[in-house]
Amino acid sequence: MSANQFKSPVIRWIDHRLPVFSMLHHTAHDYPTPKNLNYMWNFGSLAGLSLAIMIVTGIVLAMSYTAHVDYAFSSVERIMRDVNHGWMIRYIHMNTASFFFIVVYLHMFRGLYYGSYKAPRELLWILGVVIFLLMMATAFMGYVLPWGQMSFWGATVITNLFSAIPYVGESIVTLLWGGFSVDNATLNRFFSLHYLMPFIIAGVVVLHIVALHRFGSNNPIGIDTRGPQDTISFHPYYTIKDVFGIAVFLLLLAVVVFFFPNAMGHPDNYIPANAMQTPAHIVPEWYFLPFYAILRAVPDKLGGVLLMFGAIAVLFILPWLDKSPVRSARFRPLFRIFFWVFFANAIALGYLGGKPAEGIYVILSRVATAWYFIHFLIILPVLGMFETTKPLPKSIAEPVLGGFSSTPEQAYAAPRRS
Amino acid sequence: MVKPDTNKKSASGDAKDPGRRDFIVVATYAMAGLGAAAVAWPLIDQLNPAADTLALANIEVDISKIAVGQSITVKWRGKPVFIRHRTADEIARANATDVADLRDPQVDIARAEKPEYLVLVGVCTHLGCVPLGQKTGEVKGDYDGWFCPCHGSHYDTSGRIRKGPAPTNLEVPPYDFLSDTVIRIG
Repeated sequence: MSANQFKSPVIRWIDHRLPVFSMLHHTAHDYPTPKNLNYMWNFGSLAGLSLAIMIVTGIVLAMSYTAHVDYAFSSVERIMRDVNHGWMIRYIHMNTASFFFIVVYLHMFRGLYYGSYKAPRELLWILGVVIFLLMMATAFMGYVLPWGQMSFWGATVITNLFSAIPYVGESIVTLLWGGFSVDNATLNRFFSLHYLMPFIIAGVVVLHIVALHRFGSNNPIGIDTRGPQDTISFHPYYTIKDVFGIAVFLLLLAVVVFFFPNAMGHPDNYIPANAMQTPAHIVPEWYFLPFYAILRAVPDKLGGVLLMFGAIAVLFILPWLDKSPVRSARFRPLFRIFFWVFFANAIALGYLGGKPAEGIYVILSRVATAWYFIHFLIILPVLGMFETTKPLPKSIAEPVLGGFSSTPEQAYAAPRRS
Repeated sequence: MVKPDTNKKSASGDAKDPGRRDFIVVATYAMAGLGAAAVAWPLIDQLNPAADTLALANIEVDISKIAVGQSITVKWRGKPVFIRHRTADEIARANATDVADLRDPQVDIARAEKPEYLVLVGVCTHLGCVPLGQKTGEVKGDYDGWFCPCHGSHYDTSGRIRKGPAPTNLEVPPYDFLSDTVIRIG
């Protein structure tokens, strides 16, 4: 790829000295992409778009927000009532946070289903889990900023998780608070970090993309591309497909922002924070509910906290838990069933996390929590050893074109490691 | 935008008519541009004064306590407003000035609704400093009005620029008399 291909002499001049245009061209234009990607491969670009929307609207909101316990709530209300288009910008920020999680969860389930975490993409997957963790921290701190009742008590409960750590727990919580309870110092540092972390996420996203482009995207049949006959250039084929996904995404976002802006929020957060009174029923934002359910399922404080963090930690070692050499669930009949059971179980955990911690809900939460870990720690390793997989196609083209494979290799269907 | 070779390779009927493709591409970019502009506008417009800021855009001032020859400074929209209860001599000198000689020609009557009270935005029209001349003992400049210490602009008893770099007279804010003793600025 030479710089000469750019028509504009100005771009050629710059690119010769600073090859940003070549880099962009290489990354988003020529980049060879498997030609069989389905719409489940749209969620990466949608997550990137969500991050961009969050950063832009967030910077704008910060211009009118005051991070002080006496002013935070009113400054948010001022944004809603007085700042030009402030209501819309805040509702976009609020709801894009939810959409960001929806998109990222779908992106992760896509990775789980098609085995995108397997060699040689382990680091790509791990970087994704890092992004997910950073997102959760950012979202949590952002939710504290309006300083409503849910902000305050959410902050209190989540920071108190660290008090479960033996011996040093209390000191760590005091350190996090900068005082003896969630107060002004806490709000100030949360605002500072909430502003910082999206840029760290953006940095990890760049690493995520670098790792992705090392071996290219996985694909629905999970076999490696073998050359130009299996790929098409990213632009215009996948740019246009991504743009279509973006249009659908923005349409849904607009429906929620303009017609149901508070549907995914909690009314209690429109009550100013009151350190003297806890709301009757505290729930985190919906995207934390599955993990919240795991936390509450364990009748031991430290155990609950450990399992909750363990639920994410297990994702880090997933590439080494699932030893099956076949990536895509299409060729793993048993895994496919267990995947959908796991999916339903995850939804169930989310449902249970939003219910009061009493009666049948506690028992169901325990079963679902157990299943979450059984899936990763027992089922996946066992399936990797004993599952009989279906024969893999010889090439990406084969399932479409029948036997007319474009590769001269022997049609041996045994699973292969790359 | 459209590469000719793409068209040749294409098996669709569009290949014979690249103009149709160009139209679709241009229309797509145009729609995307419109969408981007529609999104950009609220993000830019939020920088403009908010509703509560605009709500504080008017102030009422009681001028009955200002003695003849005295000036007061009030804050309006974050800026100083000078209200001077002018002496008969000051009014006479403002009227006696030959308008044709002025850099920014304006008669005194056009600058003061009631000649006794001169209301001015106390911001030098050069680069925004606050001119001196409000308090007793401050330099009032060569024309006995106001003097801007930043770059030496002299204003007369009608607040008109007479000497120095400022391009125009001190601005007269919109105001009206609610009664003989109360004015509303803004």
